[in-house]
Amino acid sequence: MSRPSTRSRLRALAAAAALLLVGGLAAGCGASAAGGGRTLVVATHDSWAMSKKVMADFTRRTGITVRIQPQGDAGELTNKLVLTKGDPVADMVYGIDNTFASRAVDAGVLASYTPRDEPASARRFDLPRGGGAGRLTPVDYGDVCVNVDNSWFQQHHLTPPKTLQDLTEPAYKGLFVTEGATSSSPGMAFLLATIDRFGNGWQDYWRKLMANGTKIDAGWSDAWNVDYTAGGGHGDRPIVLSYASSPPDTVDPKTGRPTTSALLDTCFRQVEYAGVLQGAGNPEAARKFIDFMLGKEFQAQLPGQMYVYPVNTAVKLPADWARWAKVAPHPATMPPHEITAHRTQWLSQWRDVTSG
Amino acid sequence: MAADAAPVALELHHVTVRFPAPGTEARETVAVDDVSLALPEGQVLAVLGPSGCGKSTLLRVIAGLEEPASGRVCFGGRDLRQLPTHRRGFALMFQDGQLFPHQTVARNVGYPLRLRRRPRAEIEARTIELLELVGLPSYGDRMPGTLSGGERQRVALARALAVDPRLLLLDEPLSALDRGLRERLAGELHGILAAAGTTALLVTHDQEEAFAVADRMAVMRAGRVVQEGEVAAVWQRPADAWTARFLGYASVVTGAAAAALRRAAGPDAAGQSLALRRSALRVDAAGPLGARVLTARVTPEQIRLTLDVDGVGALDAVAEPHEDVPVGSRVRVALDLSRTAPLPSP
Amino acid sequence: MTTVRARVGYLLLAALPVAVLGLFFVYPVVGMVARGFWAGGSFDPGPVLATFDRSVVHSALWFTLWSAAAGTAGSVLLGVPVAWALHRLRFPGRDTVRALVMVPFVLPTVVVGVAFRQLLAASGPLGFLHLDGSATAIIAALVFFNVAVVVRTVGAFWAGLDPRQAQAAAALGATPWQVFRTVTLPALVPGIVSAASVVFLFCATAFGVVLVMGGLRYANVETEIYLLTTQELDLAGAAALSVLQVAVITVLLLLSARAHRDAPAAVRSVERMRRPRVGDAAAFAWTALVLAFLMAPVADLVVASLRVGGRWGLGNYRALGSTGERNALLVPAWVGLLNSLEIALGATAIALVLGTLVAYLVSRRPRRVGARRVVGVLDGAFMLPLGVSAVTLGFGFLITLDHPPIDLRTSPALIPIAQAMVALPLVVRTVAPVLRSVDPRQRQAASSLGAGPLRVLLAVDLPHAWRALLAATGFTFAVSLGEFGATSFLARDDNPTLPVVIYRLIGHPGNENFGMAMAASVLLAAATITVMLLVERLRVGSMGAF
Repeated sequence: MSRPSTRSRLRALAAAAALLLVGGLAAGCGASAAGGGRTLVVATHDSWAMSKKVMADFTRRTGITVRIQPQGDAGELTNKLVLTKGDPVADMVYGIDNTFASRAVDAGVLASYTPRDEPASARRFDLPRGGGAGRLTPVDYGDVCVNVDNSWFQQHHLTPPKTLQDLTEPAYKGLFVTEGATSSSPGMAFLLATIDRFGNGWQDYWRKLMANGTKIDAGWSDAWNVDYTAGGGHGDRPIVLSYASSPPDTVDPKTGRPTTSALLDTCFRQVEYAGVLQGAGNPEAARKFIDFMLGKEFQAQLPGQMYVYPVNTAVKLPADWARWAKVAPHPATMPPHEITAHRTQWLSQWRDVTSG
Repeated sequence: MAADAAPVALELHHVTVRFPAPGTEARETVAVDDVSLALPEGQVLAVLGPSGCGKSTLLRVIAGLEEPASGRVCFGGRDLRQLPTHRRGFALMFQDGQLFPHQTVARNVGYPLRLRRRPRAEIEARTIELLELVGLPSYGDRMPGTLSGGERQRVALARALAVDPRLLLLDEPLSALDRGLRERLAGELHGILAAAGTTALLVTHDQEEAFAVADRMAVMRAGRVVQEGEVAAVWQRPADAWTARFLGYASVVTGAAAAALRRAAGPDAAGQSLALRRSALRVDAAGPLGARVLTARVTPEQIRLTLDVDGVGALDAVAEPHEDVPVGSRVRVALDLSRTAPLPSP
Repeated sequence: MTTVRARVGYLLLAALPVAVLGLFFVYPVVGMVARGFWAGGSFDPGPVLATFDRSVVHSALWFTLWSAAAGTAGSVLLGVPVAWALHRLRFPGRDTVRALVMVPFVLPTVVVGVAFRQLLAASGPLGFLHLDGSATAIIAALVFFNVAVVVRTVGAFWAGLDPRQAQAAAALGATPWQVFRTVTLPALVPGIVSAASVVFLFCATAFGVVLVMGGLRYANVETEIYLLTTQELDLAGAAALSVLQVAVITVLLLLSARAHRDAPAAVRSVERMRRPRVGDAAAFAWTALVLAFLMAPVADLVVASLRVGGRWGLGNYRALGSTGERNALLVPAWVGLLNSLEIALGATAIALVLGTLVAYLVSRRPRRVGARRVVGVLDGAFMLPLGVSAVTLGFGFLITLDHPPIDLRTSPALIPIAQAMVALPLVVRTVAPVLRSVDPRQRQAASSLGAGPLRVLLAVDLPHAWRALLAATGFTFAVSLGEFGATSFLARDDNPTLPVVIYRLIGHPGNENFGMAMAASVLLAAATITVMLLVERLRVGSMGAF
């Protein structure tokens, strides 16, 4: 009994050890690939998209291969960077927006860098001194706005709303679907827009919104694809929280015109930044890529790929954007440090108002 | 005969059961092949056959657990086809009892009564009565896991008898038990069934069990019933050599050898072939046959021999314990015709 | 001498799974929770404890408990009759139905959320029920996902029950319902408890479903942890909730262990499955209803995948060769399918090896009380990955596995390992009850004939556990194909799994992307059905061997 049993046990153990070894080796290979000198790792949000040609051009010009690592939405991305401070998973970050900028800057996860040839038109988005200036470089911006399905309103012989105040009118009862401020970044932007617009009265405004049958979805895709009348799922709400750049997506092939429009009085401006990470393995490549992101080639692709406006105004917008995706003339804005200071408080107040 | 007096309870008419062959859904094997049987009320029928002969399948068909491909099963003249198992009013007892492990002995026995929503007092009284009947009073509070094999079978029997089933189906009820217990329990089972007047069908591969418990017997082989009748009749007149051997005859002799034996036995011997029990040949100084001892083994009752009988060949035989029958010696042998059975020619 | 050796052998066998669990689960989770306790640089439990005073936390905990309980009850009610029909009866098309039942289990929650909402939204085919955004809808979705767990776990157990007890009862006059209530159900208890505890954990840690279906009216502990960690960076709050999760799970596991202990071991037989009869009509009708419930959202997906610009067509499927409208993806969608299959193979191998080891270890019944307690703890420990937030685990990976030589944060090997940790409890829960039902005398007989432990395993345990192992294989593969929670923290988008691809597609504007997401979901479902059918085929082939 004893001898064969010992032997078979040993055999089982050997097999187990082999398994672990294989796992370890595979892991080791993966790890070593991450630190290569000619590879740049970019931590970004899930909305990243860029044409292969542009990326290939960067590689051809600099010899640097870029590896994109999406890390959730802007909030999750920022928090991951904060948690891995000093030992980052990437060399640089792109996609921290003005609502999260202070958190990243205050946590000290960013190294200082200011591109030499930052276009003048980008300067208006620079963060204040001590609040990220010299660490985060603006790359693009977008306006989160309420969108309306004009063809629906036409069919129902209704005048679409124009302002935030209109959304609380009984005529629009049960027609608006928006995104949660706690679970979605456009949702957060919309909350900030209402705080900017109504000041201390923002909670009253939200109470009225809720009383008027506003629906709150978890995220943008849910609201657009399921509930919006002009979205993929042909829902039943003709007013949705989306972007100023959304209407070109609803161009009717027959008329060549979009069937929806953005309400430019309801917008909050989101600015997206790029920065070199503290403790990056390849900061030189990171700096080169940030320079490249401000260049015309990359900037010109931003509307088509990521639905955002380039900070470089010298870049020509796509034709349909120029006509139907106008930016808001006077969007709501808010200093990043103020957002960071009040975020938790506002969110918990917002939850109280909306879940009541 | 007595069997003709009682009305027929269970009837099988040309019952056939097919199964898909293991591994393939396409081919089928015939488990029960055109079986017809009749069981008079109050009698016990043993279906006897080697394992795999289809006897258990037959039992399951009667219980309603298996559907025949063709043929009819009737009870009291009524076709049972549309009647599900639980409405047939039968009881089924398996080889290992299949007591419910999560219930006490008393709850197991009272189970069919509770199903019928009998008053609690009646259930208690009947449970005590039944446990006494099977010789296990005071076992009520035990759990099945603590019982021996024999005790478990008795409890299973008590449970099966609890509601006076129209028909009791027993699937190898005793074969899991050791020999001594089996013999004793077989006798008891016979007594209990007779006392209760139960109509029962017993499936077994053990002819001793069949003899001890049953009134009638059906021998099955490869899905077919090869012989059916009263136990004594089947025993005395096996249908063929295979049946004779299966019923426990030690040897079958045919042709010239059989003729030689018949001559030795006397003028009234009939049949072309002959099945012999071991004790049919007995060492007897006055016997008509001569033989040489090939092997000898002493048992408490008798000496078991293999003999080379002159003009016949090797056969089993017995001798009284006091006789001196060394291997190689010559002996005289007598044939007891009552311990043989004539067989139709093969 | 032998007992000492046996004990050493036991410990050595236990060492591997324990080490893997420790490194890839306990260490990251403890690391993440510790950040909450040491939020200000020094140990300070104050903020953690303060979290428990918040009313949001109370309502999240309450919702978690009751929605998980309702989801579990619903899954068991729906699943048990189906388990019977699919694992005790033999009828044409049974294997296909078995495979179909598994489909919901692997669909990514984002997709199911959208599909469910399209059905239930006021504009959808079931809009008249007014269930959109209600707790009922969330629970329906939880049931939708978890029926498969009940069907497979209970089914594998049921297939091994000796049917003669039920037959004896039926012959004694018990109606089918009475047989079920008095004989079968008590014997099934260990299987049902096993399945129910797994389902409860899945429901209690449901994330995507609650987020998408509940809008923001309903939040459970898991979505709270997600919000606290990813949006508010309130690590103390997240730590508090993670600790709460572990506590709730521990209580649950203790309760389910008690149910295990009281249950008698099942006797096994090799009874062949029978053909259906008239009396089975109710079970069939139920199975058909459940199947309809499971297939409605899937049918919705299929229809949506075949609509291109208001017309019928295969355009969405052809588009899977591309990177989507405006490069929503970093690689073509079909690469995701290949990745998924490759990763699923790895995860299945790891989970089966570790899971079988653990199942083998926890199915022993040592005589000494201390040893029995060790077995109990081991059994529970491997259930934990089901019950702890994927967010906590994912962030834990980030902050703990960063020291050379094990900087695994970006290693592709981490994905199959993480998925295997999620699938492991399913393997254990499917295989262990079957191994427990093996009569120990059979093992004793084998070893008395000169078989070493491994031979005993092969000769006695394996033939018994074979079906359960196959069920577990299919399960693990399915879990891995559909896993999104932990994967989304680990998978890089230049090397995504199919659910990650779908998630990206659905999150990017454009009707083509939406259509592609639907097509990719159908592809995922088809891959699952194929794998499950293969597993069923294997099972049929192996039946002849025993």
